[in-house]
Amino acid sequence: MLFFILRRFLIAIPVMFLIIAMAFFMMRIAPGGPFTSERKLSPEVEANMLAAYDLDKPLHIQFIKYVNGVLHGDFGPSYKYKDFSVNELIAIGAPVSIRIGLLAMFFAFAVGVPLGTLAALNQNSAIDYSVMGLAMTGITIPNFVVAPLLTLFFGVYWHLLPVAGWNDGAWNHMILPVFALSLPYIAYISRLTRGGMIEVLRSNYVRTARAKGLSEFVVVRRHAMRAGLMPLVSFIAPATAGIVSGSLVIEQIFGLPGIGGYFIKAALNRDYTLVMGVVILYAGLIITLNIVADVVYAVLDPKIKLGRA
Amino acid sequence: MVTLNTQAAIAKRIPEINADPIKGRSLWVDARHRLFRNKAAVISMVILGIILFLAIFADLLSPWSYEQIDEELWGAAAPSLDKFHIFGTDTIGLDLFIRTLYGARISLAVGVIATFVALTIGVFYGATAGFIGGKVDEVMMRIVDILYAMPFIFFVIILMVIFGRNIYLLFVALGAVQWLTMARIVRGQTLTIKGKEFIEAAEAAGVSRGKMIVRHIIPNVIGPVLVYITLTIPAVILEESFLSYLGLGVQAPMTSWGALIAEGKDEMEGAVWMLLFPAGFMAVTLFCFNFIGDGLRDALDPKDR
Repeated sequence: MLFFILRRFLIAIPVMFLIIAMAFFMMRIAPGGPFTSERKLSPEVEANMLAAYDLDKPLHIQFIKYVNGVLHGDFGPSYKYKDFSVNELIAIGAPVSIRIGLLAMFFAFAVGVPLGTLAALNQNSAIDYSVMGLAMTGITIPNFVVAPLLTLFFGVYWHLLPVAGWNDGAWNHMILPVFALSLPYIAYISRLTRGGMIEVLRSNYVRTARAKGLSEFVVVRRHAMRAGLMPLVSFIAPATAGIVSGSLVIEQIFGLPGIGGYFIKAALNRDYTLVMGVVILYAGLIITLNIVADVVYAVLDPKIKLGRA
Repeated sequence: MVTLNTQAAIAKRIPEINADPIKGRSLWVDARHRLFRNKAAVISMVILGIILFLAIFADLLSPWSYEQIDEELWGAAAPSLDKFHIFGTDTIGLDLFIRTLYGARISLAVGVIATFVALTIGVFYGATAGFIGGKVDEVMMRIVDILYAMPFIFFVIILMVIFGRNIYLLFVALGAVQWLTMARIVRGQTLTIKGKEFIEAAEAAGVSRGKMIVRHIIPNVIGPVLVYITLTIPAVILEESFLSYLGLGVQAPMTSWGALIAEGKDEMEGAVWMLLFPAGFMAVTLFCFNFIGDGLRDALDPKDR
């Protein structure tokens, strides 16, 4: 078990390095540095600025310095927000993004699992079809369409909820972003749950459980769900990746001061260090969650033998 | 004794052997029947056909061109038949009908081209890995696993930032993101096909590896690939509009659904049609592709449901 986890982490190291390298060199091939838009700079000042940020050094030295910094948890200074380091900007944005993301994730599972189970228990009924129809809608209509429509109705027409803004995380400011962000994942999760549950409900041990005279609730809750929800474990990592990229749009639409918003602004401003910092952060998050999902899966599923994995 | 045994073995397998060629031929016919019985899929095909027709003949259908500003207007005009602004105009007086259809062109083109890129890479990669097998397969698939973990959309964003939001690059970049699943599907299929008799026969006849992949493996994995294509197109359309929405995709004066939705979102309080028409078109298109994909899957794999 320990060996398995260790191995997965060892594989993750070169992957992370590759991601850092790709992000670094891609940003550096870009024509135009971070200071090109400020045309008033005299050559001397520009040279000074480049020197201050080490941009005058050869590329490989910059890279080594950068990797060294990242290894020590330092993503360097932001090129655009002059008084801030990337770490500080991430520290400002992270609480907002994490809060929205976790809530969306929680909400997606809390709504998606019961919906999918309900559909599976009533296979091919009106309930099943309406849940699956809703899931189809959630998957096909992107959240940058849903979110404006939600604000239009709940914010502009009915004045029930604020249209945008963060307001230090007031609950009513979070409802719409969290809902819009979680919608596609409610859909995916209910689909996966339905599929898994249908398969399990047909299995022999569920029939045995029923034959023993257990109540339907116990059969479903104790016996069917354990195995039926397995597909969800491996969905955790892709869901996180999706919620992370979804948050780019959601944070922008609702004007939330999260990491996603910074990333878009940084990308448009060629703020190299900030862009790389966010990419590395998210890549690390996704890779870690992939490993966690694999491990959880291996622990839960007796069919998987760790030695070979 | 040997002959008797073989004969017995053959006799035992006659139903299989007989079933194979018949099944092989009728699968497609069957599949077509099943697909055309699926109302959702048929309706989706018709609707998609209409959208495609509108997109192609957009210029003939509207008196306005997509860069032509109606200068008599102040601000966004609501949909009306007066001057044939049937979807209304945006805030500077551009006709929204023609712009929505130009958006459709871009979105559909991105969908098809990027999917084609993904298809090409994925099919060859997957077929090669599955066919060669062994260590090569293991390494190739481990690479796919690793790439899966990468936050690709971020790299596409970086690419777009660096290379000035070039639309052709966008096509390729989005396609390059989507080939991983394709490769996995094709590899799985290839592995199952590899054991079949006709492959052994071809091998015995001395067909080269490359030819084997192109002539025998790829044609036989086409079913699941077809399903995945219909599901990749909407995924790519979605990603393109996601980028355009953020201002990182298609640039003015060209437009796409994502860009139009972004404009519409800013004006929705006063000019809700600017949001509704592009969003509606995109949603309908995505629905259609998904229904067709589901229909195809059911049609090609009747066991599934």
